[in-house]
Amino acid sequence: MRQVTHIFNKEFKDYFISPIAYIVISVFLLVTGWLFFSTFFLYNQVTLRNFFSLLPLIFSFVIPAITMRLFSEELNIGSYEILLTMPVTFKDVILGKLLAGVAMVAAMLLPTVAYAITVAFLGELDWGPVIGGYIGAILMGSAYTAIGLFASSLTRNQIIAFIVGMAICFSLTLIDKMLFLFPGSFLGVIGYLGADFHFQNISKGIIDSRDIIYFLSVVFIGLYGAHLAMQEKE
Amino acid sequence: MIRVENLTKYYNEFCAVDQINLHIRKGEILGLLGPNGAGKTTVLRMLTGFFLPTSGDIHIKEYSIREDSLDIKRLLGYLPESAPLYHSMLVYDYLDYVANIRGIRPDKKISRLRKLSELCGLSGIMHRPISELSKGLKQRVGIAHAMMSDPEILILDEPTSGLDPNQIVEIREIIRRIGKEKTIILSTHILSEAEATCDRVVIINKGKIVADGSTESLKLTGNRDNVINISLLNADENEVKKEFDSIDGIKEISTVNTDDPEMLSLRLTCRSTDDLRRSIYRRIKLKDWILMEFHQERKSLENIFRELTKEN
Repeated sequence: MRQVTHIFNKEFKDYFISPIAYIVISVFLLVTGWLFFSTFFLYNQVTLRNFFSLLPLIFSFVIPAITMRLFSEELNIGSYEILLTMPVTFKDVILGKLLAGVAMVAAMLLPTVAYAITVAFLGELDWGPVIGGYIGAILMGSAYTAIGLFASSLTRNQIIAFIVGMAICFSLTLIDKMLFLFPGSFLGVIGYLGADFHFQNISKGIIDSRDIIYFLSVVFIGLYGAHLAMQEKE
Repeated sequence: MIRVENLTKYYNEFCAVDQINLHIRKGEILGLLGPNGAGKTTVLRMLTGFFLPTSGDIHIKEYSIREDSLDIKRLLGYLPESAPLYHSMLVYDYLDYVANIRGIRPDKKISRLRKLSELCGLSGIMHRPISELSKGLKQRVGIAHAMMSDPEILILDEPTSGLDPNQIVEIREIIRRIGKEKTIILSTHILSEAEATCDRVVIINKGKIVADGSTESLKLTGNRDNVINISLLNADENEVKKEFDSIDGIKEISTVNTDDPEMLSLRLTCRSTDDLRRSIYRRIKLKDWILMEFHQERKSLENIFRELTKEN
């Protein structure tokens, strides 16, 4: 566990040493801020529901940008060899990287608490769905980070890692909007695969174990995929 | 200290390392030599536990690489080829991170970093980003990285590749300084380097060990001849040749062309079993020739290397 902390520290600090963190956070705040507040007053409702409904789509291109370097950079400069010949296991490495990515997502979400506070000034805000929304956002963020890690472990090219990660996250987000393409008997299963579907459940303020299990399974599958991809490289 | 048994590694169908057996004693500086693609790096990577052998085993002290790779990683310091360090970090941050992972106690960290920066000459660059460092400096940071936990065994993959002659001398100096108390395994394809730094040399070719021993003992292997070069001033070529021909043990005498017409340069090939320098000198003295140059060629590792690793 100690090793996980050291790797987490290094990776998290790296985001703020390079310009990535600042660029990603600014883009994220700009896009969500604009899309949310430009229609906020038209609805004339004190709720953050529209903000949270934006997140799955925005996360699916922002998070791969956060995670693209985590393995690709190591593979590209060859530092992965140094890392693994120090007394750490692959589990330490991948958990440290996952947590660093999730912490970065949290750092990105933190300024949006200001939206909630602003909205709360305008009227009676129901905090239940807001808290649920943030919990859901972190869970979905973890799932997408794991997918991004998997994409990053496939290639030493960060751009390819970004595009692959984005493609997978996008499909997970949009799959339950594409249900009309599938035969009726599959609908239940495919609807269940959609990340958006589970996220919207949580962001209503209902925390159901099925949704949590879904996101944790995606995390596990992503990490396991990364494990297999890195093993293949040896 | 290190026991390598029947070590074999296949990359898909390609056999990179083939049944290598090796014992390395404590305190030895071992040079792993071989042409490019001979399997040097693969052997080192398996020693460090970066990947597992296809078959065979490595024992370091009482640990086996298959079961206790984490314990082995604690015993080792490793510098991969061309020191692949994180570009964005400062040297200090990087070494601090390595110290944390290596489990150096926080109260001892500063003194350890000081000592390493002194040993590897890093004091002036501690606060510079690694991406700005020259190759030689990066290599030194890499050596500091490998030395962090004061490991008993140090594995260096081509520690001097790509450096300029001054840097090479510096790095060798550091290796020799460290080598007084540590077991070092280094790979190289520069022969003079192996000669200058290593106690023992192992030459591998196509994944197999083709020679193993000290540089001196390697030079004695094989039935090569001694070569003596002499230059005489104003001596008659035929007379000299006739004189030397009568010495038992000289197999061949050839004239070397020189720019100076007054100089006669000869190359004498002698049987390696006897040292003929005395008798040759006596003949020259007896004849009262003016001797300008007299030197016995050392059998070079280069020749031995070429012979052992050439195709077929």
